[in-house]
Amino acid sequence: MKVLCGIGGSDDSFRALDRTVERAAVANDDLTIAVVDNEDSSVSPDEVMERAETAVEEAEIDAEVRRVEGDPGSRLVEIAETEAFEEIVLGGGHTSPMGKITIGSIAEFVLLNAKTSVTLVR
Amino acid sequence: MSDRGYPDAVADEFPPPPTTFTDREDRVIEIRPYEGDEADREALVEMYDAFDPADRAQGIPPGGEKRIREWLDAILPGDCYNVIAWCDDEAAGHATLVPDGDAYELAIFVHQKYQRAGIGTHLIRGLLGHGQANEVEKVWLTVERWNRAAVSLYKKIGFETSDAESFELEMGLRLHAGDDEDVDPDDADE
Repeated sequence: MKVLCGIGGSDDSFRALDRTVERAAVANDDLTIAVVDNEDSSVSPDEVMERAETAVEEAEIDAEVRRVEGDPGSRLVEIAETEAFEEIVLGGGHTSPMGKITIGSIAEFVLLNAKTSVTLVR
Repeated sequence: MSDRGYPDAVADEFPPPPTTFTDREDRVIEIRPYEGDEADREALVEMYDAFDPADRAQGIPPGGEKRIREWLDAILPGDCYNVIAWCDDEAAGHATLVPDGDAYELAIFVHQKYQRAGIGTHLIRGLLGHGQANEVEKVWLTVERWNRAAVSLYKKIGFETSDAESFELEMGLRLHAGDDEDVDPDDADE
């Protein structure tokens, strides 16, 4: 399957990265990892790029890691549509101290606008 | 999460529990702080185990006894504040304040058998009274925007919406005037 995994440096985005890379190694997915701007993230895009490249190397898969600038949600939807991706994978949200799940703003936008399936990794 | 918004005005004084009242179904309900009692905790496990999953909010209460116990382990002890609404020995409702940086996150649940009887209002007032008695300054919560009963309850209490841009509304309440960096210096100096 042709999969686009969007990550911006939040904890849940790294969980999505690890799961997607792991799955791609088994399922032979055609995987692209898009490193997007997430203003809520404390990790810089360069560090996120590095972390994604390491994950791909360690899994010994052939996946592209791409820096995507601009509004993250709309850029992901646009790339998925113009490049015929079949699925977008994103982090599944933040859990508050109370245990409440809150979906990030990028995931909200993608869920409401994507024509592809969207997977949120918990 | 330090960028949450809170009203400038301090909320009313709420009655610290224990308090007793008769609900709209003529049941006598007592609101008491949870103070670590083992039997009280088991009553809560029982309440949540029988809780209708349709009333779950953003993943809580979790399903199944094991996850319920893990969740209660995280929100009952230490520096959390909890109150329970009792009908005899049965837990009818539970409300909690869980520390999050310089503020507390609030959640409240009333068992289906006890809903629409006015217990939620007494329970949240009891929790906030308990919080005020323990010098809690700021409280926030999130609520699904379609949950109109909950949103109107929170507004009636004095919560103000601080973020309306997500699926969930975020609301804040100020229980005590504290030294807060957000305070407008013009107001503070006069």
